[in-house]
Amino acid sequence: MSVSNENRPVAQGAPFVFNEEMKAKADMHIAKYPAGRQQSAVMPLLDLAQRQNGGWLSKEALAHVADVLGMPVMRVYEVASFYTMYNLAPVGRHFVQVCTTTPCWLRGSADVVAACEKHLGIGVGETTPDGQFTLREVECLGACVNAPVVQVADDYYEDVAATHVPGLLDALKRGETPKAGSLIGRQTSAPEGGALTLKDIPAKQGA
Amino acid sequence: MPKVTVDGTEVEIQAGSTVLQACEVAGVEIPRFCYHERLSIAGNCRMCLVEVEKSPKPVASCAMPVNEGMVIKTDTPMVHKARKGVMEMLLINHPLDCPICDQGGECDLQDQALGYGFDKSRYEENKRAVKDKDFGPLIETHMTRCIHCTRCIRFSTEVAGVPDIGAIGRGEHMEITTYLDAAVGSEMSGNVIDLCPVGALTSKPYAFVARPWELKKTESIDVMDAVGSNIRIDARGPEVLRVLPRLNEDVNEEWISDKTRFAYDGLKRQRLDRPYLRENGKLREASWDEVFLAVSAKLKSTAGDKIAAIAGDLVDAESMYALKELLGSLGAKSLDCRQDGAKLDATSRASYIFNSGIAGIEQADVVLLIGSNPRFEAPIVNARLRKRYLMGGFKIASVGPALDLSFPVESLGAGPQTLGDLAAGKHGFAETLKAAKNPMIIVGQGALARADGAAVLAAARKLADAAGVVKDGWNGFNVLHTAAARVGGLDLGFVPGQGGKDVAGILEGAQSGAIEVVYLLGADEIDNSKLGKAFVIYQGHHGDAGAHRADVILPGAAYTEKDGTYVNTEGRVQRAKRAAFPLGEAREDWKIIRALSQVIGKTLPFDTIQQLRAKLAAAHPTFATLDALAPAAWGAFGQEGAMDGAAFRAPITNFYMTDPISRSSVTMAKCAEVQSSRAKDTGTHG
Amino acid sequence: MLSDKDRIFTNLYGQQDFRLAGARARGDWDGTKDILARGRDAIIEEMKKSGLRGRGGAGFPTGLKWSFMPKQSDGRPSYLVVNADEGEPGTCKDRDMMRHDPHKLIEGCLIAGFAINAVAAYIYIRGEFYREAENLQTAIDEAYAAGLIGKNACGSGYDFDVFVHRGAGAYICGEETALIESLEGKKGQPRLKPPFPAGAGLYGCPTTVNNVESIAVAPTILRRGASWFAGLGRPNNVGTKVFCISGHVNKPCNVEEEMGIPLKELIERHAGGVRGGWDNLLAVIPGGSSVPILPKSICDTVLMDFDSLKEVKSGLGTAAVIVMDKSTDVVKAIARLSKFYMHESCGQCTPCREGTGWLWRVMERMVKGNATGPEIDMLEEVTREIEGHTICALGDAAAWPVQGLIRHFRPVMEERIAAYRAGLQRTAAE
Repeated sequence: MSVSNENRPVAQGAPFVFNEEMKAKADMHIAKYPAGRQQSAVMPLLDLAQRQNGGWLSKEALAHVADVLGMPVMRVYEVASFYTMYNLAPVGRHFVQVCTTTPCWLRGSADVVAACEKHLGIGVGETTPDGQFTLREVECLGACVNAPVVQVADDYYEDVAATHVPGLLDALKRGETPKAGSLIGRQTSAPEGGALTLKDIPAKQGA
Repeated sequence: MPKVTVDGTEVEIQAGSTVLQACEVAGVEIPRFCYHERLSIAGNCRMCLVEVEKSPKPVASCAMPVNEGMVIKTDTPMVHKARKGVMEMLLINHPLDCPICDQGGECDLQDQALGYGFDKSRYEENKRAVKDKDFGPLIETHMTRCIHCTRCIRFSTEVAGVPDIGAIGRGEHMEITTYLDAAVGSEMSGNVIDLCPVGALTSKPYAFVARPWELKKTESIDVMDAVGSNIRIDARGPEVLRVLPRLNEDVNEEWISDKTRFAYDGLKRQRLDRPYLRENGKLREASWDEVFLAVSAKLKSTAGDKIAAIAGDLVDAESMYALKELLGSLGAKSLDCRQDGAKLDATSRASYIFNSGIAGIEQADVVLLIGSNPRFEAPIVNARLRKRYLMGGFKIASVGPALDLSFPVESLGAGPQTLGDLAAGKHGFAETLKAAKNPMIIVGQGALARADGAAVLAAARKLADAAGVVKDGWNGFNVLHTAAARVGGLDLGFVPGQGGKDVAGILEGAQSGAIEVVYLLGADEIDNSKLGKAFVIYQGHHGDAGAHRADVILPGAAYTEKDGTYVNTEGRVQRAKRAAFPLGEAREDWKIIRALSQVIGKTLPFDTIQQLRAKLAAAHPTFATLDALAPAAWGAFGQEGAMDGAAFRAPITNFYMTDPISRSSVTMAKCAEVQSSRAKDTGTHG
Repeated sequence: MLSDKDRIFTNLYGQQDFRLAGARARGDWDGTKDILARGRDAIIEEMKKSGLRGRGGAGFPTGLKWSFMPKQSDGRPSYLVVNADEGEPGTCKDRDMMRHDPHKLIEGCLIAGFAINAVAAYIYIRGEFYREAENLQTAIDEAYAAGLIGKNACGSGYDFDVFVHRGAGAYICGEETALIESLEGKKGQPRLKPPFPAGAGLYGCPTTVNNVESIAVAPTILRRGASWFAGLGRPNNVGTKVFCISGHVNKPCNVEEEMGIPLKELIERHAGGVRGGWDNLLAVIPGGSSVPILPKSICDTVLMDFDSLKEVKSGLGTAAVIVMDKSTDVVKAIARLSKFYMHESCGQCTPCREGTGWLWRVMERMVKGNATGPEIDMLEEVTREIEGHTICALGDAAAWPVQGLIRHFRPVMEERIAAYRAGLQRTAAE
């Protein structure tokens, strides 16, 4: 029998409250929804809390979000455990997520994962002992024509080959933020070598 | 009303009904796990799929509203395939550990697998295992068995009003849990055990105790509060092994409180199983003959006006009637069944019952609580208030202690001052009550069990009159009792006769010497230190407060061990039935009194309980009709006068320990401990 | 081939400025007030006439969907919800529209919102699209500042708000009622239907949920006329469509093309052809991971539109073309999709929660060949036990890829099983 993963929030042992910046952002999100519907803001607020808290949501952070929104903490916990972008345990400084769903797999994501594992010396789902990197496999990131895709923090690295991996990870480790997007110099989702369409765009379309 | 066809039979059904309900009307059984008529519709188990003409896919009958002319088929290849498929899916990760599962023999999954499943599993992969959760002292979890029907979540959220149970994760990793293994913070949490269609949530105290077919099932009435919840007592031999709810739409629907369900282990501890006699300051075991002679000698040698009796909260009407008759024959007039000193007026039935009936709450639109916390005093009544709240268009306010009822309640004030303002029309809420279609006042014992209780009662009546709480076809004046015996005692007049003393008077008399003999019939909630030098006869089933002070102990029967009549807070006369025999030498209470009367030489005129009941009903006609509510005449009651300024106090602060049985219950002690640690954590009570 | 002048997404690749100035230069926000001035019924009628079918996968006619919304409010507000939770494997078109042409979407929100009498639009964008959400928000802020949305939007007298709501990693939120649940701050678990969103959606109010592309093309359709749009493609399958071509092609890309373009032409003309040439093609998943796979023989001639693909028992879906050449372990490619659906099942209803895991586990054995021939039939039966029995379409989406595999590649699976058995026998003999 396989025992399912424990998915319990962990106490960080220190109180959590939004700082001034996050508080202001939280208020901005809450204001998007009609009066009395502030529960709608639970996802953005969890995101803010995670950002403030170094990439994960502690028990205290969940309680604070519940408190701010007047929601039962059980309901916040349900949400936090349902969506994969919320981490209920600490993660490394650089959160490296390699997409391995079929379109990326067809273009070599398995090699990319292997290169990450080799370079970091950890397996998927693990964090390096120095706390620098956490490596995850993720489901489709929605950039399939630029496969394979690696997400680090908020940025997508695209058209990634195994050979790109050491350079990318080393740059991150040095504290740099490598330029996001295609690593082979493509213009976003246009075919490699340059767009074949949209070369002759009239200033204004019209009948 | 739309007409639909179910398997070729045309039925007419109320608009807005579901396909499943239409099938039920047509007498066609639809298998289901997640659907429950008292919970919101989840539609997640998919067991109730049926074929509906013109729909390409089978539809979930529990969730699909009927349309005029709908043609529903439940016996087609499409339906069979769907059911078989769903059943197979439910079973692939189910452990099939029926031989060691407490649900075995009364399991929906087991039953329906027999009817709809494959005969063997095609699932060759590893099965899923899920870590068990800690739901507290009452609910045992075996989460690997869970089929994710979410009934427990919906019950706690909707009926109990505590969002303590949820489902975390997703897909096949979805798990039912409480937040970080906290106990479920509801006085009704045990109902999820009944709702769970599999053995995922079972009774912790009952774990591995018995199989359902070993148990003798007795339909009875609960006495842990004054609701009179309809229960089934399951016993094996002399031992009560569990208590379950019985359906009664007018009283408890199909819920019971955790105290009703779980206090039964208190029946095994601290029991009085033989007579005792105090000799040289110490109680010693004695024979029935010895104690009867001692009591007889004492009663015969004492003047009637120096004899008093107090009836407790769990006492059946038969024994109160027998005792009243016996002491009456000795000239005693100081009888009282209101051991908390509540200033209830036995002369006006409308003044002391829950006139609207519990189900009447659903008709009320504005409710005022006076000195009552229904969540602790009667969780079932509180659940009905919550049900009404969820229907919308409802306002509830309170005069009394701060409340957490699981729904919003407006606090108007703490005590008599506010009540006085309301009665005098000087408070805005009086207008709200007046403007309501069916206004309701619920007076709790916290308002009446005080020196000025009669004045409070009069003020409440004045307010009721002023606000139109009593009108044609509607009596919203309600008294919420906490004692199962109370209304019965008032109905049969177990109150001071002309010149007799009430509880306070009896205690004063005992101290002054005016009262020399006090007969405590299961009375454990009085202040024993005030019994002075009186000779105390204690008749009851637990070695609780009363027995400790007693000079003679007559061992009686607990509510599960005797046939007895109880009148609930609504004035509903119901009969509890014996599920097990009294322990050791203990006897049914009316029989003890009957036997004693013979020793005294004042033999009571009945030899059987039927004869006793006939006499009782002849003397007090309300006892003649069972399981029904009779309107009580409205009139003057209470005693207008000055009210004290002190705030109304909650009569129950520890829900789990309110009487000799629950105080002896280890399970209830554990619950009380959880509750007090929770209170410490959150800084709130409740 | 579609000519550039008939392309709607003229900044698909982000070669130009995505901001308001750039958008205006491309013709966005041109005469929006006049479009609104035509009135609700006229806009909906024009959209119906255009023949636009929803671009999110199901292909429900957009104008018809809008017409389901109440004409008169019963006191409840109406909402437009834009489904930007793009997550169907193979699909990455909405991403380009939001990061490179966000004003098309915002203008579309205003027009669609006006047509259905909505008070606001919520754009539910998948959480991973952080930069895309930034661009979108920038564009929204510009639009507010320019008076294009907000109070008296475009001087029309109509008040309309547009908000961005980021998801947090759940494919199921692409299902419209799950998306609404998520937007209400709950787990993204699909609702039972009825009631449908047009009756009771967001906050219990009438709601229309549309895909990004469906909304973003609306302004151009209304500017250029329904007949222009309807004149492209084939009857019942009209207009232009952004295709995403991924997998084993020489030059994967997104491209806006005419509906009904032959699959082969699409791949060869825009994506540089199949790796190793057309004859090296094994199979194509033509409409995102949910639709059944097609072997080369069908790919040779099939047209890329709703009806053509339906005829060959697949579907246009999101028009995400996943190409596999002959080097592909097709069993593994589908097994990986089974893992995806297991991971993304919300867990609410039985057949999907239990069945997706079962499918994946059997598929993993099929990849190795560690199975028996009859288990292929059982696997197919299991997909039928899921399909059509669930609350939402995720169950179907999990079932179809496996069904497609068995339909077209059963011999591959059987060979794999035979080879595994032969291997076992060899090992035993040694």
